[in-house]
Amino acid sequence: MSTQAVPVPARSGALAIEARGLTVSYGENVAIEGLSLSVEPGLVHGLIGMNGSGKSTLFKSLMGLVKLDAGTIEILGGSTSRARSEGSIAYAPQSEEIDWDFPVSVREVVMMGRYGHMGRTRRPKPADHAAVAVALERVELTDLADRQIGALSGGQCKRAFVARGLAQGAKILLLDEPFAGVDKRSEGTITDLLRELASEGRTVVVSTHDLVAVPGLCDQVALINRRILAHGTPDRILVPELLAEAFGGFVPREALPTGSSTPELLRQAAS
Amino acid sequence: MIAAVYASPPLAAAIEWITRPLEFEFMRRALLVGVVIGAVCAVLSCWLTLLGWSLLGDAVSHAVLPGVVLSYVIGVPFAAGAFVFGIGAVALIGGLNRTSRVKEDAAIGIVFTGLFALGLVLVSVVPSQIDLFHILFGNILGVSDSDIAQVVVIGTVSLAVLLYLRRDIVLYAFDPTHAHAIGISPRRLEALLLGALALTVVIALQAVGIVLVVAMLITPGATAYMLTDRFDRMLAYAVAAGIGSCVAGTYISYYADTSTGGAIVVVLTTLFILAYLLGPTHGLLSKPRPTPNPAQPT
Repeated sequence: MSTQAVPVPARSGALAIEARGLTVSYGENVAIEGLSLSVEPGLVHGLIGMNGSGKSTLFKSLMGLVKLDAGTIEILGGSTSRARSEGSIAYAPQSEEIDWDFPVSVREVVMMGRYGHMGRTRRPKPADHAAVAVALERVELTDLADRQIGALSGGQCKRAFVARGLAQGAKILLLDEPFAGVDKRSEGTITDLLRELASEGRTVVVSTHDLVAVPGLCDQVALINRRILAHGTPDRILVPELLAEAFGGFVPREALPTGSSTPELLRQAAS
Repeated sequence: MIAAVYASPPLAAAIEWITRPLEFEFMRRALLVGVVIGAVCAVLSCWLTLLGWSLLGDAVSHAVLPGVVLSYVIGVPFAAGAFVFGIGAVALIGGLNRTSRVKEDAAIGIVFTGLFALGLVLVSVVPSQIDLFHILFGNILGVSDSDIAQVVVIGTVSLAVLLYLRRDIVLYAFDPTHAHAIGISPRRLEALLLGALALTVVIALQAVGIVLVVAMLITPGATAYMLTDRFDRMLAYAVAAGIGSCVAGTYISYYADTSTGGAIVVVLTTLFILAYLLGPTHGLLSKPRPTPNPAQPT
């Protein structure tokens, strides 16, 4: 079975995601306000901010899960609802959103990525089985495919949800906190996988408050605190002044890189 | 061969034990109704268990009482009134939860007790031949022709729809966000499940009554959940437990002259206890479940 990279063409000239002036509120609590963000295709983007900074709300907006008080969103040059019906956007949830005791196998979870391509009863055809097998191979979970989903480690689970997005044929992958509860080695595996997917032309957007993994993973970084504070390459964005603004004047020490390869600037930001 | 079977006294006695009640019309009807109800409740219970909707099931089952009473008064099939009040209860709970600071469990408690109490009051003020005892505790041995028709029609349609859409409902229960992301409406599936819940309650109270309906809506699925990590197998085990307990409970009640609804739920609960203790990986007396192996490449 071929696991070769297949380029995913975007609509010519279209941005992967273009959000303009988004405002979303829950009752009286404004989660994001006047947020604008342009995401170029074929790159790994990091969305960095504190808890409650609006990362999850932005993801929900991109999937059309929350009502916009103001603003517009284009996904690959079309509406969010067209992106959903075409299956071009996939979401890998945070660990705590999933019931790990649910009676489904890894293969069944990945197969759920194919449901948009199936008939009403979602009965898999040979092409669906083949797509699932390719996706599982791609994330190196073929051997564990028949395990119950909760019997995987944290990193394996993240890869299972990435495989679901691949089986779906998604051009845009949204990953919510992909490194939470994941050990160092898994973090490396996931980083390599996401870099590969971007090099095939897919767009990967990762939300995280863990700055350590960002420089090795992301081509572009956006700092978010209810709106986008700064957006650019990691070396330009991960600087003390901007980080201090994103984290409300306080950069959590544990969020910063500690290894010898860490840019001095990042460590300064904590002090 | 047949002669040999009949020659074996214990087997002959067992066959006699099973076939003799079937000579009675009321037993044949009870068993037909029991099989349909057992199957529908069991299928629905798999999702209710996984979604954590037990309390909601209990609420809907109690809330249908005023609907049943009003149906008798107006002269429509009792399923119609019960369905309206079942759906109404769900809407009231959702509305109260959204528009006040009252939390969901409190909203459920307020709505279902309020509607149940309204039903009790209606029974006592409305002149009718309603036997409150039968509504509360079931009357499977005395179902009327129209009751049977309602059970069979509603049960078969619910079962067909639930099984036809089972993969979508599993997706909804497991990851509604993903369902939404690929253009499958989680709201529609939720509405479908709530409608199926109200309809199933309506027919299930024939067998075990309002008070015990929640057992039929939860225990088969919970029992099956102790036995497997695969949803399709869970469905099969739950249906076996649901139908088995309805049939066995009806026989027990025939021979021991006990409450039929009570006997059905006692059998069902016994099955759950056995699964809880002896289930292959999740049972209390089984080996602990293997934890993810840290040595595995991740």
